[in-house]
Amino acid sequence: MRIFGLNRKILRVLLGTEYAHMLEYRAEIALWALSGVLPFIMLSLWNGSDARSALGMDGVALDRYFLSAYLVRQFSVVWMVYDFEDDALTGRLSPYLLQPLHPLWRYVARHLGEQLTRVPFAAAIAAVFFLIQPEAFWLPSIGRFLLAWLATWMAFTIAFLLQSLIAALCFWSERASALERLLFIPFLFLSGLLAPLTAFPPLVRTLAEWTPFPYLIDFPARVLAEQPVNLLAGFAIQLIWILVLLPLVLLLWRAGVRRYSAMGA
Amino acid sequence: MGRYFKSLRRFWGTALATQLEYQVNVLIELVAVGLSLLGSLFMLSLFFGPGRELGGWSWSEALIVQGFYTVLDGMASTWLRPNLSSIVTHVREGTLDFILLKPIDSQFWLSLRTFSPAGLPEIGLGLMLVAWGGHQAGAPLSPLGIVIVLVMLLVGGLILYSLWFLIAATSIWFVKTWNATEVLRAVLASGRYPVTAYPAPLRMLFTLVIPVAFLTTVPAEVVLGRANAPMLFLGIGLAAGFFAAARSFWWFALRYYTSASS
Repeated sequence: MRIFGLNRKILRVLLGTEYAHMLEYRAEIALWALSGVLPFIMLSLWNGSDARSALGMDGVALDRYFLSAYLVRQFSVVWMVYDFEDDALTGRLSPYLLQPLHPLWRYVARHLGEQLTRVPFAAAIAAVFFLIQPEAFWLPSIGRFLLAWLATWMAFTIAFLLQSLIAALCFWSERASALERLLFIPFLFLSGLLAPLTAFPPLVRTLAEWTPFPYLIDFPARVLAEQPVNLLAGFAIQLIWILVLLPLVLLLWRAGVRRYSAMGA
Repeated sequence: MGRYFKSLRRFWGTALATQLEYQVNVLIELVAVGLSLLGSLFMLSLFFGPGRELGGWSWSEALIVQGFYTVLDGMASTWLRPNLSSIVTHVREGTLDFILLKPIDSQFWLSLRTFSPAGLPEIGLGLMLVAWGGHQAGAPLSPLGIVIVLVMLLVGGLILYSLWFLIAATSIWFVKTWNATEVLRAVLASGRYPVTAYPAPLRMLFTLVIPVAFLTTVPAEVVLGRANAPMLFLGIGLAAGFFAAARSFWWFALRYYTSASS
């Protein structure tokens, strides 16, 4: 069975080569993992602040929330628009378009390969965190862990689709990555990476929950940190966002490919 | 010396002419700066409420810190990012050869070759925020104070530049250093908040190792008229030290530059 040109054999080969490729860039990926320290900086701020009690997370719950937010971010970060823009500008996209495989699969495989390379670095940072804060140590139950994994992958899918939407605009304007900046700003402030959503004033929180952003960090992080959370509603909303975005991406992509005139030498 | 001024004028004249070709980007940049500042202020407001302080700083005092952060961020996007991120490309493509052959200091050329006016509104907004916060906090305004604030901004800019340049210079060996500057940026983000709000070990780190404190907290203390002289001299000393380190590291790194082959 082929889904947009993808079958099991192609999947295995793609993942294998992309993982091998990413393994070559271990040092870089280690630095990427390190550049995600923002949740820990925010945690140290919240811990010393008078406003901590308003968060509704006492004791080690906040430590666990921010560590979870860090981990979720590490395994749901999307950078395809930069790769795609590069491929489009240098003309490397042209041969991809000729293949029966949908080019987006190639970018998905790159991300999955990179996520696999990140595992040891993320684990090392979690280990350092527990060494500094031993009382925050916890192991989620297998069920919780699998649910958190699923939620993180759903978050990755939403983020990937959002960025593909912007990447497809590359077919119309050569510098779509500038638009990515505009998407990143609401993500940064509304996703829960800097503060759990319970810290927001009720009105802002309700508004934020109408955007996909809280389902990219806050929801998966709460699942992983074993915080009380409405699992059914969370997963349902994640699914709705995927179902809304997927057809949009495919439509825009198809319209864009029709306009595409190859660039490069 | 005159040669350098003349070159600088030409550099920035051409940079401005190039940038004006991309007006849509400037518009996007403006929207991004506005949204980003709005988000930062919202995040900051979460820490405050009736009778709440952050590390001993009131809301309007913390606004000054946020303002200085915005100024430095604007400085990074007008000056540091466009220049220093191209060092990697020059190393990878071997065009650094041409720069080294020019009868002008290579660090000067690499650090000041271009500038991006898109970051200027951010600097303006930051200064306005500093003025507003200072006014609300009832900061004493004196000519001497303004001079010291400008000196401390210079110190902050110099520290930021030197750190960034040190990392960019390692591209002579590693070629890809983009991620290392991302780590630096992530740590610098801690400068959005007064340094006293952090636990003691981090405070040490942000004062002496990666002196974020001198970028935002110390200038804000100067505005509020509660900076102490030793801290100011430590800042000036650190800035001079970091700059000297960046300069000598560049000369050291160049000895290992072997050019790129095609």
